[in-house]
Order: sequence, then C-alpha cells, then structure tokens
Amino acid sequence: MPMIDLANPTRFLAVVNRVLPWLIAATAILFAIGLFRTMNAPDDYQQGATVKIMFLHVPAAWLGMFGWGLMSIAALGTLVWRHPLADVAGKAAAPIGAAFTFICLVTGSLWGRPTWGTYWVWDARLTSMLVLLLLYFGVLALYWTAEEPGRGARAAAILSLVGAINLPIIKFSVDWWNTLHQPASVFRMGGSTIDPTILTPLLIMTLAFTLLFVTLHLAVMRNEILRRRVRSMRLIQAQELHA
Amino acid sequence: MSLGPHADFIVAAYAVTLFVVAALIGWVMLDYVAQCRVLEDLEERGVTRRSLREG
Repeated sequence: MPMIDLANPTRFLAVVNRVLPWLIAATAILFAIGLFRTMNAPDDYQQGATVKIMFLHVPAAWLGMFGWGLMSIAALGTLVWRHPLADVAGKAAAPIGAAFTFICLVTGSLWGRPTWGTYWVWDARLTSMLVLLLLYFGVLALYWTAEEPGRGARAAAILSLVGAINLPIIKFSVDWWNTLHQPASVFRMGGSTIDPTILTPLLIMTLAFTLLFVTLHLAVMRNEILRRRVRSMRLIQAQELHA
Repeated sequence: MSLGPHADFIVAAYAVTLFVVAALIGWVMLDYVAQCRVLEDLEERGVTRRSLREG
C-alpha cells in the first residue's frame, strides 16, 4: 500500500486495526524482558538501588520530548498542508506526552530526595521540563475548550511550533548552565558512560516505553477519527431534523 | 532482590508510573468503546456519513 493511502482516514483506520494487536504483543514482550532485566540489574556504585528509578525516569523524559517533537511535525501538517490526519496526530500525542512528562518529573523527584537530599531544585533542566508539562497543559486546554475544533487545532498547532524552542533548551540545559542535574550520560559524543549491566536494561525499557507510546498514539488517533465521524453524523442528523 | 534503605522511593516511583500508564490505557479503551457505541447507535437510526452517501 503506498504511503499516500494512509492519508485517507478510512484506510488509516484499517491499517491501525491490523497493526495494533501486533504492537500490543511486542510492547508486552519487551516490557516483560525489560522488567526482568531491571529486577536483576546490579546497584549503582553511587546511587545504590535507586538506579532502578532511572529505568522509568529516562524513558519518560525521552518520550515527553518525543511527544512534543511529534506534535511540532504534526503542527506543520496542520498549518501548511491543512491535512486532517496531521491535526488528529497532534491532538492524540498531547495527553500521552503530558503523561510521560508528568512521570518524568515525579520519578525524578523521588530519585532526587535520596540522592541529592531534595525533591526539587529550580535548576535549568528541571525547570525546562516543568515548562514542557505546562506547555502540554496549554495545548490540551486549547483542544478541549475551543468551541470550533478547527480554530482550536490551529491555535494548538501554533503553540506546538513555538513550544518546540523548549526542546533544545531541555537537551542542552545541562551544558549551557551549571545544574544539579547530571550531564548527558546515555547519548553523548564518545559513547555512553553507563556500565553495560545497567545500560542494557535501560535501553530495553526505553524501547518498551517507546512502543507503548506508539501503540497508545495510534489507538488515540483511531478514537479521535471515530469522534469526528460521530460529530459529523450528529450535524447531519441535526440538519435533517431541521429540514 | 534488595531495594536497600530507599525502597519506599523506588516502590513509589514504580507505583506512580503504573498508575499513570494504567489510567492512560483505561481512558483509551473506554473512549474507544464509547465512540463505537455512539456510532452504532447513529447508524441504527439511519444516519450515514456524507462520504458514504456520495460513494
């Protein structure tokens, strides 16, 4: 099937219905392997057993940023090509990205208390991540409160593009400012500084969470397409009643 | 598997993550069932989409 066919919502739904069971199975298998490896991972020489929180925190941080990146690309599709599926993709990514950003902040706080001695500091990395969560809330508010869906979608798309400025700020905040948060240790020039016994389960968990994100995103997109069908059918019903 | 002196923090982190992920999955599933039910109801009342009529 050519990629352009996916731009048709009916064909997109057919593909999603076929792909979702496989994605759910792959996600479950990866989580089973990842959690097994997590349980058997050794303690870190500095962090002790609290390193196990990193197997949640790092994937959640990556997906919080990935979600916004996805929304920014979808925003281009909404504003430039006015493609209805682009708006559906952007709207579907917002609650999932917000949930993972929330998980990142909470698990980071729970790791920070025993390691740094505090739940929260206003350093650049933590603050820019909190700004990302507030931006997610802003986009969700625009989608959920707009009386006319098209207007809400355009406003959310503009905020998505403007908010994308925050992504490099989050990524490079640990290099640009003096932060309590440690610098990059997974993806960095010269390779990862993490021992393979901890890095391997971390990467498996990251892959599992990413598949979970993709699965949920496709499922929420399907729901949104159905919701729009319901809306258009109700409008037709109302027009017929008044005719 | 020993979680050491900070077990409470580790368990809390996993519990919060599990709760949020479960809530997301639950919301997605319930929303899907609700949309399908409304669509079915509309189709039973004879309401069809414009694209289907034109086709």
